Amino acid sequence: MDLTCTEEEETFRAKLREWLWQVLPKLPPKPDPGDWPGRREYDLGWQRMLYDAGYAGLHWPVDAGGQGATPTQHLIYLEETERAGAPYVGANFVGLLHAGPTIAAEGTAEQRARWLPPVLRGDEVWCQGFSEPDAGSDLASLRTKAVRDGDSYVITGSKIWTSHAEVADWCELLVRTEPIGPSAPKHRGISWLAMPMDAPGITVRPLRTLAGSAEFAEMFLDEVRVPVANRVGEENDGWRVTMVTLSFERGTAFVGEVVACRRTLGELARTAQRNGRWDDPVLRRRLGRLNAEFSALWRLTQWNVSEAQNAGGVPGAGGSVFKLRYSHARQELYDAAAEVLGGDCVDLAHEWNQDRLSSLSYTIAAGTSQIQQNIAAERILGLPKGR
Amino acid sequence: MDFRLTDEQRALRNGVRELLAGRFGRDALRAAVGREGTVDRALWRELGEAGFFSLRVPEADGGVGLGLPEAVLAFEEAGRALLNGPLVATHLAATGGVPGAADGGRVVTCDTQLPGFIPHFADADVSVALHGASMEGRSTDGRSLQARPLQARSMRVRYPKDLPTARPARSMDPLTPLHRIPGAARTAPPRPDAVLLTAAEQLGSAARTTEMAVQYAKEREQFGRPIGGFQAVKHLCAQMLVRTEVSRSAVYAAAVTEDFTEIAGAKLLADEAAVRNARDCLQVYGGMGFTWEADVHLHLKRAWLRGAMWLTASEAEEIQAEALASAL
Repeated sequence: MDLTCTEEEETFRAKLREWLWQVLPKLPPKPDPGDWPGRREYDLGWQRMLYDAGYAGLHWPVDAGGQGATPTQHLIYLEETERAGAPYVGANFVGLLHAGPTIAAEGTAEQRARWLPPVLRGDEVWCQGFSEPDAGSDLASLRTKAVRDGDSYVITGSKIWTSHAEVADWCELLVRTEPIGPSAPKHRGISWLAMPMDAPGITVRPLRTLAGSAEFAEMFLDEVRVPVANRVGEENDGWRVTMVTLSFERGTAFVGEVVACRRTLGELARTAQRNGRWDDPVLRRRLGRLNAEFSALWRLTQWNVSEAQNAGGVPGAGGSVFKLRYSHARQELYDAAAEVLGGDCVDLAHEWNQDRLSSLSYTIAAGTSQIQQNIAAERILGLPKGR
Repeated sequence: MDFRLTDEQRALRNGVRELLAGRFGRDALRAAVGREGTVDRALWRELGEAGFFSLRVPEADGGVGLGLPEAVLAFEEAGRALLNGPLVATHLAATGGVPGAADGGRVVTCDTQLPGFIPHFADADVSVALHGASMEGRSTDGRSLQARPLQARSMRVRYPKDLPTARPARSMDPLTPLHRIPGAARTAPPRPDAVLLTAAEQLGSAARTTEMAVQYAKEREQFGRPIGGFQAVKHLCAQMLVRTEVSRSAVYAAAVTEDFTEIAGAKLLADEAAVRNARDCLQVYGGMGFTWEADVHLHLKRAWLRGAMWLTASEAEEIQAEALASAL
C-alpha cells in the first residue's frame, strides 16, 4: 500500500500546475450551458491548447498519437486540471474518451490516421449514437438497421439521448447488421460505424431536459449512406468493440468530478458558516459525513487506478462499484446544498440549483444504478443471471 | 503510487486467515458463544506467538516490527472470523510495552473505549486507560504496572485514579461480556490506532456478511430457482459489496496516511458497512436469519457494539465537519 507519487510523477504534476497557472487566465469566458455552438468552440479551443502544450490524449497510446501516460499520471492530470478550475472535457467527451480509444484499439491503420489526429488537435467533435427509444438499459435490443448496398450501409432508424448531436462532425453509431432471430442472439448482429453527421437523411431534434436546457437530442436516420470502410471491427462484432470502449471508461471517468465535489463541499461549508446554517448540528454533521464519503471515493479511485495499472491499463469491474456510490453521493451533495441555501434553493440563478437538477441524471446515464447493481451482483459476486 | 497490497501484506493476511480458520472455525465460535464470550487462553497465547499482538512492536524489542497497514489487515481477519476478546486493547498494550501483552500471556482490556462499560473485565489481567498519547496500566487486582509511554501524539491524556467499581451487565453481544462502570465518561479524543483497528474489524465483518449472504442466495431456492437470481436479492448483495469496498478503501488509506480525520472517516464508513451489511444479510437469510443458530446476529450485535466504541458516528461526523471548516 503506497499512496505517494514518484519523483517523476511529482515533476509531471509541478510542470502541469505551472502550465495551467499560465494558460487558464487566457481562456475566453465560459459559454452558457445550453449554448452548444458556443460550447463546441470553447471546448475545441481548450483541446487545441492542450494539444499545443503536449497534453492532448494523455492516456492514449503513443502509436495513436497520445502521450502514453500511466494511469497515475492521468489521475494527476485530472486532479490538477479540476483543482485549477480548467475546462471539463465537454463536447470532446465522446471523441477523447469513447470513440478515440475504440478506434485506437480496434481500428485499421487508415482509420486511426483519419480520425484520431483531428480529435486530439481539437478539429472534430464526436457524438454517441448508442441508445434508442426501446434500447436504453437493454442496449443490445437496438433496432436501427443497416443494409449493405455495394460499398455502403444504408441506415434507417432512430437514436435518442445523443448529447450535442447538432454540433458534432461524427457519430459513433451502433447499428444492427443482422436481425435478431433464433440463430442470432441479440448481442450478435451489431456493428460499430463512424457516421459523418453531414450525411443526407439525418435529422436532429433537440430534447429539453428537466434542467430546462437542450442537453441532448433525438436523431432520425432515413436511408443514410455510410461507407462500409467506416466500420470499426468486424461486421456483427460491434458489441465486443463497444465493451472494449466501456471497460476503458469506468476506471477514471469520474476522477475529476470527485475532486469537483470536494471543492463544492468546501464551498458549502464556507457558505454555511457565513449564513449561520453551520450552527445547525444536523446539517453540519451531514456535511461532515459527505466529507468522509468523498474522501473514501477518492481513495477508491486510487485503488481502482492501481488495479488498472497492474492490469495493463484496463480497469476492472470496480468501476461499477464506484459509479453506484458516487452517483448517489453526488445527489446527496446537492440536496445538502439546498439546505445550506435555505430559501435560495428555489432560485435557478444559483449555480448549485442547476447542478442539483443535473445531478439527477447520474443514477441513469451510462447504465442505471439498477443495471450497475446487476453487473456487480453477477460479474463480481457471481450470483446467477435472471430477472 | 501503488495502493494495492504488497506480496508480503497479502501473505500476512492469508497467514492470519488460515490461522483463524484452523483455530477459530464455526465450532470454536459456537463454543465461545457457549461460554459467554470468555477468552480462550490457549488461543490467546497462540495469537501472541504468531505475533498478532506484537505486530507493531519494534524488532529490537522482540516484536514483528511492522506498521499500521499490516495491523489493519490482521484485525480485518479477526473481524471476519468474529474472534472474541479484547484484541485492540491487548494489541495496543503490547505496542505500549505492558508486560505479558505481546506474547499473549496476559489479557488486557481497556476502560475508556465504551462510555460506562468495560468489556472482558472478569477475564482480563490488566486494564488500561487509553486516551491520546499515553496509557496507564493496572492489573485488575489493583497492583500497578509500569508501562512505557507510547509515541507522543498531540492529544490530551487521562490517568484514572483508581480502578472503577465494576458490576456485571447483560451484554447484547454474546461474545463480549460487559461490566458497568458507574460515572465513567469519555473525556478526551481516543487513540487514532484504536479507532482504526476497530474500523478494520468492522470491515472484516462487513466483507464476511457479504460472503454469507451471497453464498446463501446461491443455494437457497424459492419459486424453483436460487433466490440470488431475483433482482431484489441481487441488489441487496450488490449494495453490501459497495459498502464493503468503499470502507475498505477508506480504512486502508487511513492506515497509510495515519491522518486522524481520515481515520475518523474510515470508522464512520466501516461502522455503517458492518451494521448495514449484517442487517441486509439477515434479510437475505429470511426467517433463518432471525434464529440463534445462524451466525448473522453475532455479526450484527458485535457491529453495533464496535460502533459505540472509541468513536461514535456523530463524533466522527463532527471531526469531519471540523476538518472541512478548518480547510477553508
